[in-house]
Amino acid sequence: MKHVAAFGRFWWNFIVGDDWRAAAGILASIGVTAALVALGWNAWWFLPAATAVVLWLSLLRATRQRA
Amino acid sequence: MKDGFLFASAFLASAVEMVEALTIVLAAGVTRGWRSALLGLGAAVVALTAIVAVLGPALTMIPISALRLVVGALLLAFGMQWLRKAILRASGFVGMHDEDAIYARELEEARAAGHEERAGIDWYGFTLSFKGVLLEGLEVAFIVITFGSAQGNIALAALAAGVALVLVTIVGVLVRAPLARVPENTLKFAVGVMLTTFGIFWSAEGAGVHWPGGDAALPGALAFVILVSLAAVAAFRRRRLAPSPA
Repeated sequence: MKHVAAFGRFWWNFIVGDDWRAAAGILASIGVTAALVALGWNAWWFLPAATAVVLWLSLLRATRQRA
Repeated sequence: MKDGFLFASAFLASAVEMVEALTIVLAAGVTRGWRSALLGLGAAVVALTAIVAVLGPALTMIPISALRLVVGALLLAFGMQWLRKAILRASGFVGMHDEDAIYARELEEARAAGHEERAGIDWYGFTLSFKGVLLEGLEVAFIVITFGSAQGNIALAALAAGVALVLVTIVGVLVRAPLARVPENTLKFAVGVMLTTFGIFWSAEGAGVHWPGGDAALPGALAFVILVSLAAVAAFRRRRLAPSPA
């Protein structure tokens, strides 16, 4: 059980890192992109813009913690 | 063109990780003996080769659109971590990655550790080298498998990683010191930009988006990510230097 937890923790740290909100924001943005496509919009612009916003918010959180 | 980006991204990401792995192997070799360190290195390389050999072909059986969605999402989350750290370093909020300092710390820890020999191998040296190479190498394996499978060219991504391995090994053997002169922070920034760009590109395609101009949109996405990143560095550097309100 200990090894399973360590394995899970490794992958969590590996993919998600120290800001789970950023990873959640990315997943939500991809979901919104898929929804827009399903509604008939070729929303190629959405994911780059959403990524920029998620990145910026994540940086704001990190710099507030370190300020 | 996409193959060129694929090769460059896999090569740069692999080189950065291998420079870090080299520091650990050097520390293990110098303090605990080269036999144990090199055996640890060899065991980790075998484990990593097995992971790529098993997972690589398995991934090619998944339909490409589903694969790009999953791989793109993983790369985007993973790449944004790199980019975030690189921006925080470049703007001064986090200390720069210093291979010399890491080497000194690894040396000190390895010298302080007790001696335990099994089957003629210094166990600490073996484990230090094995774990270091395996953990850094897993990132390389992850990038090779994800990039290669999403692009349908695992061989090219593996070749890029192989070239990086040969190059870092040759320089490491010649220099016999941590490669502190490699502009690692700049490389990490570049890799973060590339991982994020590919992550955006593939996950959007996986979600059903058709990029204007098809693959030709990739440099546009890359330029956008570079622009946002440089703007973030400038903005957060100003924020750090701004006098705090009394």
